Amino acid sequence: MSRQMTGAQMVVKALKDQGVDTIFGYPGGAVLPIYDEIFQQNDIRHVLVRHEQAAVHAAEGYARSTGKPGVALVTSGPGATNAVTGLTDALMDSIPIVVLTGQVPTFMIGNDAFQEADTVGITRPCTKHNWLVKETEKLPGVIHQAFHVATKGRPGPVLVDIPKDVQFASARYTSPEKAPVGHYQPRTKGDATAIAELARMMETAERPILYTGGGVINSGDEATRLLRELAGATNFPVTSTLMGLGAYPASGDNWLGMLGMHGLYEANMAMHGCDLMICVGARFDDRITGRVDAFSPNSKKAHIDIDPSSINKVIHVDVPIIGDVASVLGDLLEVWKERGAKTNEEGIARWWSQISEWKKTRCLDYAPSKETIKPQHAVERLEALTRDHPKRYITTEVGQHQMWAAQYLHFNEPNRWMTSGGLGTMGYGFPASVGVQMAHPDALVINVAGEASWLMNMQEMGTVAQYRLPVKQFILNNERLGMVRQWQELLHGERYSHSWSESLPDFVKLAESFGIKGLTVSDPADLDDAIREMLDHDGPVIFDCLVEKHENCFPMIPSGAPHNEMLLGNASTKDAIGSKGAVLV
Amino acid sequence: MSPLKIKKGTSKHSAYDLRSNYADTQETHTLAVIVDNEAGVLARVIGLFSGRGYNIDSLTVAEIDHQGHRSRITVVTTGTPQVIEQIKSQLSRMVPVYEVHDLTVEGPSVERELALLKVVGEGEKRVEALRLADIFRANVVDSTLESFVFEITGPPEKIDAFAELMRPLGLEEVARTGVAALSRGGSGSLGVASDKVTADVTGGANA
Ligand SMILES: Cc1cc2nc3c(=O)[nH]c(=O)nc-3n(C[C@H](O)[C@H](O)[C@H](O)COP(=O)(O)OP(=O)(O)OC[C@H]3O[C@@H](n4cnc5c(N)ncnc54)[C@H](O)[C@@H]3O)c2cc1C
Ligand SMILES: Cc1ncc(C[n+]2csc(CCOP(=O)(O)OP(=O)(O)O)c2C)c(N)n1
Repeated sequence: MSRQMTGAQMVVKALKDQGVDTIFGYPGGAVLPIYDEIFQQNDIRHVLVRHEQAAVHAAEGYARSTGKPGVALVTSGPGATNAVTGLTDALMDSIPIVVLTGQVPTFMIGNDAFQEADTVGITRPCTKHNWLVKETEKLPGVIHQAFHVATKGRPGPVLVDIPKDVQFASARYTSPEKAPVGHYQPRTKGDATAIAELARMMETAERPILYTGGGVINSGDEATRLLRELAGATNFPVTSTLMGLGAYPASGDNWLGMLGMHGLYEANMAMHGCDLMICVGARFDDRITGRVDAFSPNSKKAHIDIDPSSINKVIHVDVPIIGDVASVLGDLLEVWKERGAKTNEEGIARWWSQISEWKKTRCLDYAPSKETIKPQHAVERLEALTRDHPKRYITTEVGQHQMWAAQYLHFNEPNRWMTSGGLGTMGYGFPASVGVQMAHPDALVINVAGEASWLMNMQEMGTVAQYRLPVKQFILNNERLGMVRQWQELLHGERYSHSWSESLPDFVKLAESFGIKGLTVSDPADLDDAIREMLDHDGPVIFDCLVEKHENCFPMIPSGAPHNEMLLGNASTKDAIGSKGAVLV
Repeated sequence: MSPLKIKKGTSKHSAYDLRSNYADTQETHTLAVIVDNEAGVLARVIGLFSGRGYNIDSLTVAEIDHQGHRSRITVVTTGTPQVIEQIKSQLSRMVPVYEVHDLTVEGPSVERELALLKVVGEGEKRVEALRLADIFRANVVDSTLESFVFEITGPPEKIDAFAELMRPLGLEEVARTGVAALSRGGSGSLGVASDKVTADVTGGANA
């Protein structure tokens, strides 16, 4: 069925046909025709954010917590440039989002027209793909293709730039089924020979490890199920990157905890000492590898990834398998079972006893305090008081609090943990929590924040007040740019150059000025009650938790160090990072 | 499309090879990239090279299939084997890219470049220029009493050599097209016969 309609009508129709129920946006001159159409319908909810960056992060939160693409709509020029950070964030973390931007009319492009920016030029390197649509009849096809590209293969952000005259003009609408399919069809099935090779290696490995990442979450529920089955059937230990938390349950028997720069001692030691590393949808990020030439020196490595460019980019692997996690794990399990479902049980038992030795380090222990709230303690209490909630979703900002959240909160399901990993965008967490709460109205959504990060998108208080989104902003307020301060302590002779949070607002008054509940707590004795009060409140809460100001986040692999050289909480931190490591970020 | 002869450790298929160690030697490769001829596609490819710090020694592009709106980009690049492998993977996962072929490793290929050279001079030098042009099979496409414009086609090294010889004879200006390259033999209709362009060739259109 195709009929004449305006470009603006096509946008709304195409979104509906793509199953979109929520979009995050901010109007302006170049998108007014689309806003006019949004006004005249009720199928798609539009959430008015308070800054375009927040629209994109909200769309990311929506996407990561649902597995569906998130959508944002912004105007030309400043609207589009404000979206750039969010697009880059989504690109780094492989989050499927579709961003629609208005553009000046086609006949004015290139004239430095009012609010003109070369949006496709600016966003080319920070999108998976983008389009400038110059003819109305092409608009529906491009939007359908945009959803296809955003979600297929390695997911990512796409952008469609729509000039205002294209929104006004009329043409025939094309439905998704009739839209021209592009040739973009990433391969999902892994190579059988390589899979068989890996199955064979699994039979003899004495010290295997599953190193899992965001790709398992990207792949979907089936991938999660198969990963759990694989770990259960083989008794291989499992660790995960920051991006993959929840795919294998933290309550699972084989769970080692997160690995990497601030990962657990046992996870990093196991990575360093393993003889078979099976990387499942992770990308050997530098937060994981540390010193590349000393990375897991004695292991054979297999790598399952849908993006060939992830393979052999950083670490050379022995068995690369290009494909979708769910498809490859399914095939792998089948082959391995056909071959008799064997493992080197004896070796693996020895391996586990080695791992339990490492666990005795108790690397997450910290010095408790009765006077000040230790940030780790605050997160532990948050975990204790929310862990039984059936629908708990956590977002974070970026910094020490983010790492403590990753260490002390436990995730037993995928899509419950939204964090900015690759770009490390301060200001991500608050708007992301808005997106998550819109997608899951009756869920408990908590943004674990640092005060400095939180200030970067605090205008979203307006959004949560307007839509009565009961998000909890759990701010670990150390009055410091804590992560920066920690690095200055370790690397720059304790010269704390501009790493204070000066002139902070009174968070309670700030919240109240938006008609939101504000809470503050500084005494460890009051912490539990305050958290309960936050949880019991039926509405948004800004929770100002005043914590120890100079706490460091451990364990830590100093930059430029191999995995087996970790700093632990009780270790002296003086001169931990050599001058070579100091140039690394 | 004939089966591609792929050397160990050189194309995306090399993912399945066991390369023990990345060499840090620099290699020069000629890549043929078949793309949708859509707006911005060249900027995308160039942006990939500049954004990720890869080298472009030469780059040519033109539409080769007007009905299918496909262009062929020929890019000559230099890097370590690991970088070359990354370049190919990064190119082939781009949405408008159909195929990436590494002509340097997929069997023998021919490379040609066209150049125009303006040589200004009189007397002995002029005669010598004409004589050398003849040896190099360069054509005279324009002449005045004191100048020639030569047209020469050949592998880049031949053009380099010719230009070097012309320099003392009054070389004033050079325009070069950059390299166009094709695999040798009866195989291949790269990017032209659309029904033959299958994902298998490059191991999938890729993420
Ligand atoms: C302050 C700070 C500290 C950090 N410290 C740590 C740390 O200690 N430990 C840590 O782990 N991280 C840490 N990070 C995060 C880190 O920077 C990276 O973002 C993270 O390690 C990358 O996770 P990943 O390897 O799972 O890859 P992702 O970025 O999630 O990429 C997923 C990979 O899977 C592939 N993929 C996608 N979909 C599929 C599919 N369907 N099938 C197969 N493959 C697929 C993709 O191609 C990609 O290669 C930190 C970040 C910050 C900001
Ligand atoms: C937009 C942005 N700017 C700068 C940084 C560098 N940076 C990383 S962590 C950090 C400090 C974060 O402070 P806060 O949010 O208070 O968290 P804390 O580390 O104290 O828990 C900074 C400035 C960043 N990641 N993002």
